[in-house]
Amino acid sequence: MKYGVVIFPGSNCDRDTLYAIEHVMGEAVVPLWHKDRTLPSDLDCVILPGGFSYGDYLRPGAIARFSPIMQEIKRFADRGGYVLGICNGFQILTEAQLLPGALLQNASLRFICRSVFLRVETVDSPFTAAATAGQVLRIPIAHADGRYYIDPDGLKALEDGDQILFRYATPDGEVTEAANPNGSLGNIAGIVNRRRNVCGMMPHPERAVEVLLGSEDGKVVFESLRFFVQQQEYRQWEPLASQN
Amino acid sequence: MQQFAASVIVTLRQNIADVQGKTIEDGLHSLGFMQIRNVRVGKFFHFSVQAASEEEARQIVEQACVKLLANPVIEDFSISLTPEEAEVSEL
Repeated sequence: MKYGVVIFPGSNCDRDTLYAIEHVMGEAVVPLWHKDRTLPSDLDCVILPGGFSYGDYLRPGAIARFSPIMQEIKRFADRGGYVLGICNGFQILTEAQLLPGALLQNASLRFICRSVFLRVETVDSPFTAAATAGQVLRIPIAHADGRYYIDPDGLKALEDGDQILFRYATPDGEVTEAANPNGSLGNIAGIVNRRRNVCGMMPHPERAVEVLLGSEDGKVVFESLRFFVQQQEYRQWEPLASQN
Repeated sequence: MQQFAASVIVTLRQNIADVQGKTIEDGLHSLGFMQIRNVRVGKFFHFSVQAASEEEARQIVEQACVKLLANPVIEDFSISLTPEEAEVSEL
């Protein structure tokens, strides 16, 4: 499969993401520039990486949404392409209304940079298909604005639609207030859209891909995407084979 | 065409915990300002708008708020307009 990683002015996790995909996952990946008005035609997944695009001016993600490449990413998502927003990428996707809700300043008012535990809430998504339901992942967060908020109707829609992918939890997988680092509603750390092809998550899976760096639990996100894309290719190939 | 000075205040919606406001309120209380309550923190924008009428100016500013200055998912905004002299007539 092939990934593209978007670089906005102020992105700072683009290199880590490129490294994780190319050197750890062994997948093809190209950097994409925020001024690009076209995407390579053979992309399977676009990643919006972490950082502080446009200096977080106005609100995190509020200005990146107007980058020329975002029009293309909207079209790509409309066609069913996979889009993964990590940290600032998640903030951009909510501002661009590709994902519901918003990310507020952490309840502690502090920038938090540490490893947290996430419970996988559903494996019915291209981003979690290779995990097991209830699996606990150890992945770092690094953000000042990660408090997920959505109105009660929106929360109900997320829950009814099985759209919550990750919740902050204890190492044993219990979702408790003490395990919630930033005050997110319902300990929500990551969600998927209704169509299940656009995902946003505050934790950084690309920073947890090697034991040497403390954890390789983040690989499961990229393994899930690989699994999904392969399955899709298989499905496309099958009818042709049966015709012969 | 008239020109208006627009002031826009954007704050978190009432039902959303304003942790920054609460922290500032705690600070004010520890300085003895016990009379002060319900502190909300927001953003302030000031700019000029050219429009045929005050009503039209308000519509323009409202659109600017909904589309960019505020995030309607989490924020409310209030607008005040006052007529002002156009600096240079560019129209």
